Amino acid sequence: MSTTGQPHAEPFRVSQLLYDTRYRSYTIQIFALFVIMLAFAWAIDNAVRNLEALGKDIDFGFIFETSAYDINQHLLDYDSTSTHGRAALVGIINTTLVAIMGCITATIIGVLAGVLRLSRNWVVARLMTVYIEAFRNIPVLIWILFTVAIVNEVLPGVRSFRGEDAMSGLFFDSVFITNRGFYIPAPVFEAGSTAVGVVLALSIAAAWYFGRWARARQATTGRILPVFWARLAILIVPVLLAFFAMGSPVSLEVPALKGFNFKGGIYMRDSLIGLWLALSVYTGAFIAEIVRAGILAISRGQTEAAYALGLRPGRTMSLVVLPQALRVIVPPLISQFLNLTKNSSLAIAVGYMDATGTLGGITLNQTGREMECILLLMAFYLAASLTISAGMNAYNRSVRLKER
Amino acid sequence: MRLKTTLVAAAAAAAFSVGAHGATLDDVKAKGFIQCGVSTGLAGFAFTDSDGNWDGFDVVFCRATAAAVFGDPNAIKFTPTTGKTRFTALASGEIDLLYRNTTWTLSRDVDLKFSFLGVNYYDGQGFMIRKDMGVSSASELDGATVCIQTGTTTELNLADFFRANNMNYEPVPIETNAEAQQKYLANACDVYTTDASGLAATRATFEDPENHVILPEIISKEPLGPLVRHGDNAWGDIVRWVLNALIIAEEKGITAANVDSMASADTKDPEIKRLLGVEGNYGEMLGLSADWAVHAIKTGGNYGEIFEKHIGENTAIGLARGLNQLWTKGGILYAPPFR
Repeated sequence: MSTTGQPHAEPFRVSQLLYDTRYRSYTIQIFALFVIMLAFAWAIDNAVRNLEALGKDIDFGFIFETSAYDINQHLLDYDSTSTHGRAALVGIINTTLVAIMGCITATIIGVLAGVLRLSRNWVVARLMTVYIEAFRNIPVLIWILFTVAIVNEVLPGVRSFRGEDAMSGLFFDSVFITNRGFYIPAPVFEAGSTAVGVVLALSIAAAWYFGRWARARQATTGRILPVFWARLAILIVPVLLAFFAMGSPVSLEVPALKGFNFKGGIYMRDSLIGLWLALSVYTGAFIAEIVRAGILAISRGQTEAAYALGLRPGRTMSLVVLPQALRVIVPPLISQFLNLTKNSSLAIAVGYMDATGTLGGITLNQTGREMECILLLMAFYLAASLTISAGMNAYNRSVRLKER
Repeated sequence: MRLKTTLVAAAAAAAFSVGAHGATLDDVKAKGFIQCGVSTGLAGFAFTDSDGNWDGFDVVFCRATAAAVFGDPNAIKFTPTTGKTRFTALASGEIDLLYRNTTWTLSRDVDLKFSFLGVNYYDGQGFMIRKDMGVSSASELDGATVCIQTGTTTELNLADFFRANNMNYEPVPIETNAEAQQKYLANACDVYTTDASGLAATRATFEDPENHVILPEIISKEPLGPLVRHGDNAWGDIVRWVLNALIIAEEKGITAANVDSMASADTKDPEIKRLLGVEGNYGEMLGLSADWAVHAIKTGGNYGEIFEKHIGENTAIGLARGLNQLWTKGGILYAPPFR
C-alpha cells in the first residue's frame, strides 16, 4: 500500500513475510487457515475411520425404505407404510408450521410488549418489565414443559364432555378445549365455493387498491378518509353477498365426541399448542427488548415534532416513530426468528413430531443411521435458517434509510 | 479470534475420536469396573433406592457380571439410558454392556451390529387402560389416544397391530416412562402401551393401581436380554454365561445362601462341580477365576431368587413367572448345558 507512487527499489525477500508489517498479516492468516483446514480434515478422517472400525458405512438408502411407524400430526398423507423420506418430510412440514405460527405471534407479542414497556402508565410498564425479565431469564425448554404440563393438568379431559353432567363446548358447543388439545370447527367447501373464493380474492385486491388510492388522495389533498372501515366493508360485504347468492356453499364441520376422542373439525394437539405458546411468548420477550431499543434509538425530537404538527400519540407511534425504528429493529429480529426456528427442535420433549422427532428421532433410532440422519437434519436447519435470513434481509433492504 | 476458532475445531475433532474398539474385556479389566447401561427408571427393573444405589432385576444381572469378572458386585458404574440413547451409548463405547429391557430383533442384531447374548425376561407388548373406560379387549381401542415410548419396538408393533385390525389411533410419542406415566394419569392419553412387565411395574407405582387394567391381548413377542457390540466375542461370552449360570443355578437349587457350602461340600452332581469351579477349568476358558460363578450367584441369588425379590408375585409389581419359569416347570427358560 505504498502511497509514494515510486517503484520499489529493493527486491522482495522471504524474511519480509515475517518482519514486514505489509506481508505479516497475510502470513498469519494463511497459516491460520491452513491449521483450521488440517483440523477439519483430521476430524472428518477420524469420523470416517471410526465408522469403518464399527463396520458402518455411509448409506442414505434408508430414505426409501418403509418407516413402519405412525406420526400423529401429518399435513401430508402419511401412514406406517410410507417411507422414511416421507416421514422426514412430514416432520419438516411440522417444524415449518410451528416456526411460522411462532414467528407471527412472537412478533405481535413482542411489538405490543415493547411499546407498552415504554408506556407512561406505571402499572402497564412494570407488568411488561416483569413479563420480559421472567421469560428472558428462564430456559425455553422449561417454558415448553411448563406450558404443556399446564395444558395437560389444568384443562378438562375429553371425558368431562361425556355423560350425565357433561360440559358443553365454547361458541354454541363448537369449540372444545381439552387437555389433549383444542378441537375447532373446520370449513367444508361444497360446490359453488370457488365463486365465493374468487369474490374474496377480488375484494382483497380492491381493498389494497383503495388503500393506495386513499393514500395518494391524502398526499395531494390532505384529506384523511376512514380507510380502515371502508376496507373492512370492501372485504366483507361482497363476500357475504356472494356466499348467500350461491346458497351457503361453505359450511362448518363441528367436532363431535365419538368413542375415545372428538372426531371431525381441526384438532390442534396439546404438544403443538404448548410448543407454539411457549416459543412465541419466550421469543416475544426478546423481540420486546429489540422493539424498545429501536424506539429509544429514535430521537425524542421526532416525537415532539409530530406532536407539534398536531398528531395524536397513536399516530405518532405508527406513522413517525415505528417506521424509523424498523431500521434498527429488523436486523436483530432476524436472529430472533432464527432462534425460534432452531428452538423448535426441543419439540420432542413434549412429543411434537417435528424434523428432529421423525428424522433425528424415530428414523435414526429404528435404522441406526446416526451419521446420515444428523447430517440431513443439519442440512435442513441450515437451509431453513438461510431462507429466513434471505427473506428478512430483503425486507430489511426495503425499510432501511434510502439515500438518494 | 482465530485461535479461538482453531481451538473449537480441535475440540470438535476430539469429540469425534472415540477410538477403535478392541477387546472390551481387556478395557474393562484395565479400568477395574464395568459400565452398564440400564433404564432411566423402571420400578422393579432398574431404579435408584433412597440411598442413591441402583437396584432392580436388570441391575442385579449387571452386578452379577461384575462379580464374575472382578469378584466384587460393586465394581460397576451405571449409565441410565432412554429408549433412544441406548444404542448410541453402546455403539460409541460409552457403556460396555446394555441390560435395559431391550428386545432382541433381527435388525438390531444384524444392522445395528450388536450381539444379543440371551434372554433374561420373555415379555410381550400389552395395553393398560382405566377400568371405568369399560374396555375389555384391545380390539375395542379404535380411535384411542395411545402413549408410547419412542425409539422402541413397541412403536412399530403398535402401528402393525392397528393396521392389521383396521383401526385408527392417535400416537403420542414420549421419551421416558416417567413422562408417559404423567400423561396417562392426567388423562392426556387413554391407553399406555409398552411391554407387559413394564406396564405392571408402572402400575405398581400408581396411587390407585386397582383402577387400571392390563388388557388380556399380548400383541408381540419381546424377548428382553443383554447385548454388547459386534466383534466382542470374549466379552460377550462372559455376559452370556453369567446369565446362563444364574439360570442353571436355579435348576440345580444353588442359592445365594447355600452356594458356599455347595462349592466346598462334596456334592455328587458333576454339573454343579463344573459350574462352581470345583472341577474342570471353565473359568480359565472364559478368562476368569475358577469361582466366578460363585461370586455371580452370591450377588443376588439364582435367576428365581432375583425374579422373586424384584418383580415376583410377592412384590408390588406382582409378575407371575409365566413363560419365565424353568423349562422343567412349564416355562421356556432353558440354559445350554454347562460342560
